[in-house]
Parts: sequence; structure tokens; C-alpha cells
Amino acid sequence: MEFITAEPIDLAPLLAAVRAPDRGGLACFLGLVRNHHEGRRVLRLEYSAYAPMAVAECGRIVAEAEARWRVAVALSHRVGSLAIGDTAVAVAAASAHRDEAFAACRYVIEEVKRRVPIWKREFYADGTAAWVDPTVKLQHA
Amino acid sequence: MSAAAPTSLTVRVLLFASYADHLGLETLDLTLTAPATVGAVVHRLRALPGGDQLPSKPLCARNLAHADAEEPVEQGDEIAILPPLAGG
Repeated sequence: MEFITAEPIDLAPLLAAVRAPDRGGLACFLGLVRNHHEGRRVLRLEYSAYAPMAVAECGRIVAEAEARWRVAVALSHRVGSLAIGDTAVAVAAASAHRDEAFAACRYVIEEVKRRVPIWKREFYADGTAAWVDPTVKLQHA
Repeated sequence: MSAAAPTSLTVRVLLFASYADHLGLETLDLTLTAPATVGAVVHRLRALPGGDQLPSKPLCARNLAHADAEEPVEQGDEIAILPPLAGG
């Protein structure tokens, strides 16, 4: 299981990586490609990454979660051209009980969004394309 | 007496996504007067054609880790200028 992959994300090995006899709670988050953004119809998108840093940052985030909670974490983010409904990112966190699993899973996806150098280019139904800038949306909020 | 400190240093700069579009390139080597900081690298980039479209304080990384503008840079460093992140 690689942190950054150009292949479709397969959930089975991700879950298998964190399953263990002493872990009774497994929380999983999947980020999927949406067919709309700010009212515009999205046909597909492309993720690109600063791969060496993205891998390093994912490793740091997983290590932080595993130091903070008694969890095992698996994480994978896809790059390349993705279709609507494809899994863009998957996080699995397993612990003895659900509270720690949920907390670690939430921490990892939030930190991925905040810190991992990945960019998204959306291709719209009207034939145009644009780099997504989440900070612009924050200014509207 | 020890040798004099080098008076210049060269770093490899990486640009991504919209920033690579603005400057029309993805990598370049920049030679700066030593000592220098990440902020000095950004300042030089903003003087290049298209560089005025970069923010004055973009997200930056030095050698694969996030770095503040005040962080010193050394000969051979890899400095990445990161557009707003959109993973997840």
C-alpha cells in the first residue's frame, strides 16, 4: 500500500493492513470525486502531487496519529486522471475501540488536506478547466 | 583562520500546478547572495516574467518539508513553491 499511487485505490489491502486480533474498531474515510463544484458540472479531474514530499508528509501524519492514539493507520491518495465517483483518498484507522479509531481517522484526513502537496484540476462540462483553490472558497464563506 | 564563507549559493526551485503555469516552467536553479532565506527565493521568483502572479507569501517547502519564509537556505537545497493545496 503506497501513500501516493497512480493506480485505482483498492480498499481490501488498506483494511487488511490495519486489521489485528486486538483491534475491535476500524474507521474508514473515502474521499470521492464529485460531479459538481461551486455550481459547475465537473466531468473529471486530475490530481498532481509533489510526490517525494507528499510521501514524506503522509508518513509524518500517520506517525503522528499512531503516536497520539493507540491505532494503526493506512493511507493512500491517488494521482492522475480520475472519473466521477472514483476514490481519490482512503484512510483506515483501527484501534481496540471505536473512539480512537474515529479520532485518528478524522485527524489523518484533515491533516492530509491541510499539509500534503497535492493539486486538483477540474474539467467542466462547458469545456473549460481550472486548478481548484480551496482558499478562495473560504473567503466566500 | 578558516576559509571565508561562500558569498553565493544555488538552490533548485520547483513550481507546481497554477504557479508553474504562471511562470511557464517547473524547475529552475537560482543563485542567491549568501546568507539567504526561503523568502529571498520567493522574492527573486516574483521578479521573473509571470512572477508577479505569485503571492508575496506562498506556501513553501525546503527539502521535502514545509518551511517558513524566514528559514535559511543552503547550497543545493530543493525549494518548492506550493499553490493552495487541494488534496483529499
